[in-house]
Amino acid sequence: MHMADALVAPAVAGTMYLCSTGAATYSVKKVRDMADPKKIPVMGIMGAFVFATQMINFTIPGTGSSGHLCGGMLLTALLGPSGAFLTMISVLLIQCLLFADGGLLALGCNVWNMAFYGCFVGALIWQLFMKGGMTRGKIIAASIVGSVVTLQMGAFSVVLETLASGITELPFSTFLLAMQPIHLAIGAVEGLITAAVLSFVYSARPELLYCSDASANENRLSVGKTLAIIGVCAALIGGGLSLFASSYPDGLEWSLERVTGSTELDAEGSIYEAAGSVQETTSLLPDYAFKGSESAVGTSFSGIVGGAVVALVCIGGCTAFKFYKKVRTA
Amino acid sequence: MSKISSAITEIHRIEDLQKRDQWLNRIHPLVKLACTCFYIVCLVSFNPYDILGVLSMGLYPLILFMAGDLSITDCLRRVRIVLPLVCLIGIFNPIFDRAPMLLFGFAVRAGFVSMLTLIMKGVFAVLASYVLIASTSIENICYALSILHLPGILITETLLIYRYVGLLLAETERITQAYSLRAPGQKGVHFKVWGSLAGQLLLRSMDRANDVFDSMSLRGYSSDFRYLKSDIRWRAFDLLYLAVWCCAFLFLRNFPLFEMVGSLFV
Repeated sequence: MHMADALVAPAVAGTMYLCSTGAATYSVKKVRDMADPKKIPVMGIMGAFVFATQMINFTIPGTGSSGHLCGGMLLTALLGPSGAFLTMISVLLIQCLLFADGGLLALGCNVWNMAFYGCFVGALIWQLFMKGGMTRGKIIAASIVGSVVTLQMGAFSVVLETLASGITELPFSTFLLAMQPIHLAIGAVEGLITAAVLSFVYSARPELLYCSDASANENRLSVGKTLAIIGVCAALIGGGLSLFASSYPDGLEWSLERVTGSTELDAEGSIYEAAGSVQETTSLLPDYAFKGSESAVGTSFSGIVGGAVVALVCIGGCTAFKFYKKVRTA
Repeated sequence: MSKISSAITEIHRIEDLQKRDQWLNRIHPLVKLACTCFYIVCLVSFNPYDILGVLSMGLYPLILFMAGDLSITDCLRRVRIVLPLVCLIGIFNPIFDRAPMLLFGFAVRAGFVSMLTLIMKGVFAVLASYVLIASTSIENICYALSILHLPGILITETLLIYRYVGLLLAETERITQAYSLRAPGQKGVHFKVWGSLAGQLLLRSMDRANDVFDSMSLRGYSSDFRYLKSDIRWRAFDLLYLAVWCCAFLFLRNFPLFEMVGSLFV
């Protein structure tokens, strides 16, 4: 579910960075408040553990395929939401830099889609199931439900972010129908694997699990706080993504088009012209596009010739630079 | 080669590239990070139908791959991770966007052009990120992030995960290899041992974390790391490098370079 840089527009990426930064700031404060120096190395090692075990192929019985464990849910069950969220951010950053799994610009989206839902929403589900004591059955149920729900939310966000970026011509409903069912199956399998691992931990070292001892978990996540974070982020996302409004006329424009035959009203006069010229000069995104983005499609023959010439000049320049360096060191 | 072995090999290969004594490796990490991010922002902001504009952005990776002595074939292996998802999403564009468009003199569907630009954007973004990671160590990237005032906990986490990822990958490979030797011909791990196989590794990792904490405490760890790198200094060349590339990206973003040069010849 890692999104590549090409799949997000800068405004969508910026908005998602802002949302993820909000959740990260909250998590950093929470982890600092815990004042447990031992927590940092544990988070580091657990991040590396998730990284490594996600490469193990767990065979799914009856199918020929394999799956891997759900990192967000597993980390939440061991470290709590804040610690798990920070660990997942680092894991995603390393995956993006070292293995090109995800992109630098899309990191905010990936953190939100995988880490936020996996850790914060996953923690709420975990807490809900663990009310009144922990049992093996509850662990299995929480792992499966948590993995399925968080993966569904992540997949839904991928659809929204991709469509808001204007990357695909796929209609919303078609894209959603393609993404959600496949992630339902993936979520169920990941949930089963995570449940198996957490059940083993429960039988061997139950004290390691989040919410295993009610008195030791004073930093529990409250539903109100999580909803507040989601609310603020929803407002941010709404504001940011509105830059990418539909190219179809809105209700008012549609009505105008029906009456006048055009979506805009002509206004003549010096005041209108002066205001128009000021707007033209100062607007950063005229008609929701960067200045000059309506440039020629660039399909002319001169473009092809120019491309070849520029590429040759660059290659020649680099070769000369390397030759000069070789001569200088010799 | 198994997935784990290839991941270990990839980490070692990138570490070797980072240790080279190259001009690109000596540039300040913050400059390279800023340059890469600005490049990707400019790249993805192109109009989906501006195929020559996106193509002109390929000059940045082309120049750095050549001048920095980087192998394009090694990098192309990374592209295969990104391409499937990008292609999967882009492949529907020719079906839904059927408006006619001229591409190099041929009439094609507009969706086909937007699919091509999407693929090019995906590939170029990966190439640019590769230039960054092949010339800058994770420690130096973290140092650059610390200059940007990223919380110390996140930087410490990233460094710790990177430090232990190789170790745990090697341990995971040993476990899976031992398992496959005892279960010949079986693809993957049987569901009966899902919990115990990964669970054992998890418990050992937790114990290892405690050992790591003890050894860090003995060496004077006090909830924070010192990242100050005495060998990284700002040079005039770093600022020049940043300024030149930023101007070049803005130029390429706003002017059709290929057409301008081509009009001189045609």
